[in-house]
Amino acid sequence: MTDVPVGERRQLPPPTTDSGAWGWIRQNLFSSWGNGITTVALVLAIVWLLNWFIEWAVLTAVWTAPSGQDCRGHGACWALIHEKYRYIFFGSFPYEQHWRPLFAVIAMLAMLILSADRRMWNKRLIWIWSIGSFVSFLLMFGEINLSSSLIFSIVLIVGVAGATLRSTAGSAAEINAWRAVAGIGFVGLMLRLLGLLPAFTISIAPLSYVETSLWGGLPVTIILATYGLLFAFPLGILLALGRRSHLPLIKGLCVGFIELIRGVPLISLLIMASVMLPLFLPSGVTIDKFLRALVAVILFAAAYIAEVVRGGLQSLPKGQYEAADAMGLTYFQKTALVILPQALRVVIPPLINTFIGFFKDTSLVLIIGIFDFLNTANQALVDPKWAGFPSEVYLFAAFVYFCFCFSMSRYSKYLETELNKGTRR
Amino acid sequence: MAVESIGSQQHPKIAPWNDPVIRGWVFQVVVVGLVGLLAWYLVSNTVENLARQKIASGYAYLSHEAGFEIGDSMISYSPADTYARAILVGMLNTLKVAVLGIILSTILGTLIGIGRLSPNWLLAKICESYVEAFRNVPLLLWLFLFYKIISEAFPGPRQAISFLGSIFLSNRGLYFPVPAANPVHAWMGLGLLVAIAAAFAVHRWGRKRQEATGEPFPSIWTGAGLIVGVPLLIWLAGGAPHQMSWPALRGFNFVGGTVIQPEFTALLLGLVVYTSAFIAEIVRSGILALNKGQSEAAAALGLSRAQAMRLVLLPQALRLIVPPMTSQYLNITKNSSLAIAIGYPDLVASVNVTINQTGQAIENIVIIMVAYLSVSLSISAFMNWYNKRIALRER
Repeated sequence: MTDVPVGERRQLPPPTTDSGAWGWIRQNLFSSWGNGITTVALVLAIVWLLNWFIEWAVLTAVWTAPSGQDCRGHGACWALIHEKYRYIFFGSFPYEQHWRPLFAVIAMLAMLILSADRRMWNKRLIWIWSIGSFVSFLLMFGEINLSSSLIFSIVLIVGVAGATLRSTAGSAAEINAWRAVAGIGFVGLMLRLLGLLPAFTISIAPLSYVETSLWGGLPVTIILATYGLLFAFPLGILLALGRRSHLPLIKGLCVGFIELIRGVPLISLLIMASVMLPLFLPSGVTIDKFLRALVAVILFAAAYIAEVVRGGLQSLPKGQYEAADAMGLTYFQKTALVILPQALRVVIPPLINTFIGFFKDTSLVLIIGIFDFLNTANQALVDPKWAGFPSEVYLFAAFVYFCFCFSMSRYSKYLETELNKGTRR
Repeated sequence: MAVESIGSQQHPKIAPWNDPVIRGWVFQVVVVGLVGLLAWYLVSNTVENLARQKIASGYAYLSHEAGFEIGDSMISYSPADTYARAILVGMLNTLKVAVLGIILSTILGTLIGIGRLSPNWLLAKICESYVEAFRNVPLLLWLFLFYKIISEAFPGPRQAISFLGSIFLSNRGLYFPVPAANPVHAWMGLGLLVAIAAAFAVHRWGRKRQEATGEPFPSIWTGAGLIVGVPLLIWLAGGAPHQMSWPALRGFNFVGGTVIQPEFTALLLGLVVYTSAFIAEIVRSGILALNKGQSEAAAALGLSRAQAMRLVLLPQALRLIVPPMTSQYLNITKNSSLAIAIGYPDLVASVNVTINQTGQAIENIVIIMVAYLSVSLSISAFMNWYNKRIALRER
């Protein structure tokens, strides 16, 4: 061997004990005595558990049955799910109208999935969400009444938002157009408030009206989580900016709000929304229970989002602030054009994790009697005809929640590596 | 303009509406004014509504008779007691669940977090599945599932599963015998606290001595001996009272002994399995964040994997683990309020009954907020102190 020069030695294959399936098993399962014993014990436990579970869930399970009586003495009673799945998904929504919440859920999921695509992260997203939300709520409510003040308010907000967002990039004519839109909204709103303009309502009512107390199941869970977070987002950004502000009163207010909300459980806020909100409002004014829960979720989410956004703001180097100041930008321009675009980019993955948390936490609204997905699953157990099969229903509900949360957490992980590509070595 | 005048130049006069200081104050006054206006509007509405619905205000109701039963209580309580005592019972139950939940989920979470890093592929995968399965489903669902399984799968009290004729497992909970009440027990408890303090002192002294002289001291065994021995000695000195309270079936339920209720078991189990999944991830990422050289150096020194984990890796990972762990502890405390959904009488449940009976929502919500805020702040303060203690002392 020694007479062969180094470069010309024959390449030997790796030892057979270290390669292939056998090598893998040796290295990962039986690398030592303790390891081997662990592996054998675990395999036995898994086989025993799987054997028991498959017998219960598949082999002796009852898939269709007229009532729970026929399930007694057998395995899992999937017939209960088969019988109740439409109630679990859509709650007390009128039965023959179930296609409406179905399409609303599809529309909302489509919006979420489209938003997940980075190529869509531009102006298109605003259009997708405006149109998608309108369609979803039209399907759920059946009719939408736009009062004149609401229309003018929307016009005003759109105008102001357009004018500020395009203040540096747009041409003078474009900005003036946005200002004109805002002006129309403002003048209309003022005239309406002063009573000079008669009240009018635009009704879009292609379908029969279904009130929120009949909503239930998956659409309620998705609406509470998605729109709760959507409305909480701007509030959370304002709170985070306020907490980082140099103005002592503003800072104090924001810190107080954030810490108060984060220090108490969501349940106490929900109880507060259900018993105290009616006291806060002038007599005669009542707020829909669904809206009350949404308000509680928004306030709660805003405090948590504020902390996430603050993390993003703190991660920016000081030079960014100083450079913006040196350019002579106003506070508003600095924040909207320099700071937030960078800070928000950093916090997208943690924000998705916040969303996952809220998707799960919306299940707490059942405490105040709202029929979210978990609550309709709970109610499906109440039927005396099908009493006594809680595990089947809860496992089914757990599976649905798992599909949503697991895919979102995978997406968040993917996005994190994707967004870090530029800075990673 | 002369160059030397730049430093001593007066600031140019700026109009007051362009002065950032003045603008800042005007802005603040406007915002605070708006918030104040909103608060005033809400308060005036509330006062008017309360007057119209003839709801009393103030905390006088706390000394009234509560009149509702509480299923689980650490201190003596009967419906004839006051609302204040009922709320205290709820608070103690919340603390009990929170403390037990924090201890158990830390242990389970750490084990699973370490298990995910095991060289055994199968064990690592099982731990990973555990984490993904439990943290991707709402806690409330786990609570319902565990509670329903316990209360429906176990037999009624008359068909209770019994062990040795003295421990009974049924859908009313787990009944087991305890020593009958005796004044010696209070002294034993006190002795236990003293022994724990003494064990800590011995441990510190032993470590100091080892650092100074290199001579190890068996402080763990000494501590264990103290903790077991001192109460035992007090028990013997107190005449060794050995009368027991045995559970027995009377009518439709058991009397005597003590019980772990299904509500409590389901709540604790749910909190522990849910939170330990999060804690496992925190522990794992804390260990993974360490430089690989640390585990390699430990192996090179001849430490076993367990020793390397206990003496080298975990102490360093602790610095990264403690801050996120604090927020998990706060979550356990806050999530224990889900007890209300399965009927365990915690603070929120007691207060909720009080709201329904007295109608005084505001006062009661204030009680909840103050109670949770003080518990949260205490936990944060303790964990911040601990974090400072273990922080890397940079020289």
